[in-house]
Amino acid sequence: MNKDKMVKNAVGRMVPTVINGGQAVAYKGVGKYRPTGRTHGVPIATCADYPADGNKLVPTLKEALIKAGLRDGVTISTHHHFRNGDVIANQIFDIAAELGMKNLVWAPSASFPCHKPIIKHLENGVVHHIEGSMNGDLGRYCSQGKMSGMGVLRSHGGRYQAIQDGELHVDIAVIAAPAADAFGNANGVYGKTACGSLNFALADSEYADKVIVVTDNLMPFPCVPWQIQGSNVDYTVVVDQVGIPEKIVSGTTQITRSPDRLLLAEMTARFCDEAGIIRNGFSFQAGAGGTALSIGIYFAEILKKKGMKSGFARGGSNKYLVQMLEEGLTGYILDGQTFDLDGVRSMRDNAKHVATSPFTSYNYHGKGNFASMVDVVILGATEVDLKFNGNVVTHSDGYLLHGIGGWQNCLFSKCTILPLPLFRGRVPIIRDEVTTICGPGELIDVIVTERGIAVNPLRQDLLDAVKRSSLPIKPIEQLKEEAERICGKPAQPTLGDKVVAAVKWVDGTVIDSVREVVEG
Amino acid sequence: MEKKQAFAGNRGPKVKNDCYISLELAKSGGIQLQLDSKVGVYYGGSIEKLCKEVLVHLGVRHASVTIEDVGAYDFVIAARLEACVRQVKKVEKAYVPAFIPENRYSSSAERMRFSRLYIPGNTPGMMINAGIYGAHGIILDLEDAVAPAKKDEARLLVRNALRQVNFYGAERMVRINQLPRGLDDLEEIIPHNVHVVLLPKCESREQVQEVNKKIASIRKGKKLKGDVYLMPIIESALGVIRAYEIASSAENVVAVAIGLEDYCADLGVQRTKEGFESQYAKSYLANACRAAGVQAIDSVFSDFQDEEGLRKTVLKSKSMGFEGIGCIHPNQIKPIHESFAPQEEEITKAKAIVRVFEKAKESGLGVVALGSKMIDAPVVKRAVQSIDRAIALGKLSKDWRTQDE
Repeated sequence: MNKDKMVKNAVGRMVPTVINGGQAVAYKGVGKYRPTGRTHGVPIATCADYPADGNKLVPTLKEALIKAGLRDGVTISTHHHFRNGDVIANQIFDIAAELGMKNLVWAPSASFPCHKPIIKHLENGVVHHIEGSMNGDLGRYCSQGKMSGMGVLRSHGGRYQAIQDGELHVDIAVIAAPAADAFGNANGVYGKTACGSLNFALADSEYADKVIVVTDNLMPFPCVPWQIQGSNVDYTVVVDQVGIPEKIVSGTTQITRSPDRLLLAEMTARFCDEAGIIRNGFSFQAGAGGTALSIGIYFAEILKKKGMKSGFARGGSNKYLVQMLEEGLTGYILDGQTFDLDGVRSMRDNAKHVATSPFTSYNYHGKGNFASMVDVVILGATEVDLKFNGNVVTHSDGYLLHGIGGWQNCLFSKCTILPLPLFRGRVPIIRDEVTTICGPGELIDVIVTERGIAVNPLRQDLLDAVKRSSLPIKPIEQLKEEAERICGKPAQPTLGDKVVAAVKWVDGTVIDSVREVVEG
Repeated sequence: MEKKQAFAGNRGPKVKNDCYISLELAKSGGIQLQLDSKVGVYYGGSIEKLCKEVLVHLGVRHASVTIEDVGAYDFVIAARLEACVRQVKKVEKAYVPAFIPENRYSSSAERMRFSRLYIPGNTPGMMINAGIYGAHGIILDLEDAVAPAKKDEARLLVRNALRQVNFYGAERMVRINQLPRGLDDLEEIIPHNVHVVLLPKCESREQVQEVNKKIASIRKGKKLKGDVYLMPIIESALGVIRAYEIASSAENVVAVAIGLEDYCADLGVQRTKEGFESQYAKSYLANACRAAGVQAIDSVFSDFQDEEGLRKTVLKSKSMGFEGIGCIHPNQIKPIHESFAPQEEEITKAKAIVRVFEKAKESGLGVVALGSKMIDAPVVKRAVQSIDRAIALGKLSKDWRTQDE
């Protein structure tokens, strides 16, 4: 990347103005970028071109891909509802390799360790770059500067926005479905690979040039609920297996036994209670990670004790959230993804357990934003800094190892709390400056660590609310110093000049660059 | 010293915040350091600097050293390195890291000892956070938790931990080895503000006195101030019979604990959850402790996933006169505190007693009654203790007199 194509954005980071040949806008600030014009359009379809009997079945995925116009340079998207149990994405690029395709773009809604085989397709030129998330080995590969193109990291909401804007044009969407009919109606609540919702693929089904639904569970028409509508689907394919069930959802969710995580969860719940956030009708989102999961359990305890009820909870749903719904401790679950079989059952059978999509949840081009209506969200991070900026994609050594997920989108809630250990394996998590800014500090309100809680000085209201609390409220600088007294002050790793990936903000602007890691 | 190559520390997939060091003295060539560290990018330079400083201090000028590090803190690396050096040469002056000011506090004989968290003395990964869970005491364990071959290196690690790990106000305890090895442990640990020494498998007054004699000589040599308390642990049939003798053997014995695993083995019976087999020993010990005016402390509850069982056991112990229990997992602390804490009913009653008593004192009455029951000095004393504990455990406000009624 030429230096002259880099500009400094509103959070002081140098970011590229050109990404894989396309123009990019530098981050301008929260809510500052308001593009005008019209959203991306899809080619006009005519129903006369499709079988009158509704049977869009094609014998194989390979045939479907060829019919859908697979050729050099196209962008193929997949969804991540099967998490680490997805088998379809790898098959797509194996087929593409077999057909001699080059320079494809993979646009998953997220990648997982099971997608490690894509590395060989990056190496042999079948895949040019990835737009989505790059986890684990894929992230490492990208960090080492080995990917031909520049990676693009987006939030779930940002992905919807990018597709709508035409910034991410999907040529072929492949939607693996636990249940589908031959017309292409599909959902995630029936079948042996049931995963709950399929809505991470919603934008793909609406905006891709061609849409292929792949299932191992062909249902008679109509397959309802139609989370994916057959009227958006070009071809359907039946295969033996779309995913590995035990890697998609867990049979049961276990509460963490880690005393460190439990302590963080308890402190976070206490903070919410003492700050007056927990009250009748309040809404919250707590993810599926060990700490977040336990926070939900502490919330439930507090609500029970006080005879209160939460208005709605945002999922990632699991057994414990479902229990809250069934015990009347929350009114609704608005669910983006489902983590265990209790969640799947509840979504299928309970009208108050609603499947949401990135569009309903937090799309930048929506007419309003659910995310900003939620009272409190509990999120993770790899690092934060003295300005409360947060990083979720890289580690302090510069390696890209995680995707953004819904993290950026959730920051818009009324109170964003990050419970984090003050250090991990001797590495402090509070830095002078985060390695990669994924979220600006103005949206991050509270950092809960086992050794103290830092409240963003911008939130004087929260500071006032907990003034008399016995909780250890401390300035963030003091927490950083405490960590460094224990661990020592870490040296700053030097990173290369080459930008290997761009991190998009929820509005499509570039908030930061991920640099090549230079070993040694 | 014939040995040429020395090893110290731990390695393996489950090891955290530790390092494994091998050291070989050489005739020339200076210090050849090979560091493979998980946190090398952040701390590689500072680790190398530290190692050289330690080696110079210990009088090592030529050696080849390899370090496999998984995020060990400086005090751990220093202890491991010193352990290696001590295997190959005589060390004149130990390398002792700074004593952090946060650890300069004292304990008291009567303080609450509901929970004491055992931390294995050679497992540094569990040390750094030991103090954050709110246990009343933290025990760095040199005895059963440390393999025989690791005793020497553990002693140095515990010494350094006492100086560098923040105990966050918990009572600072060390369980030494059985005598006579335990006497060597004392040599290393006593100068570093140890509040309580736990003496395992104690069977006689003489053992307590031997420990005290050793402590006194160390303290005199180093001109140390502050009290060192003892908590003998009784783990045999003979020990139980001599419980009173042990509990009253010295001024600084503040508590006596029972260790039921070994006691049951000595008795030749299985230890059960119901605990019928140890009923006698526990009652006898509680009685002996009361007679000697020290705290009776119960054995650890080893199934750390069984919270319900733990709560039941604690309530039973409390009803027998025990005032504390050992923990092997931080998740046990909260249930233990909640169960030992005065219950709501008890606090309400204690408040009423104290109110009536204070009122009577104001009006100059000697004997008072609450309802139909006479309130005398021991009843008041017990009520005051309940209220103090309720306040300390956050169950009652300090201003309770003005807050309600």
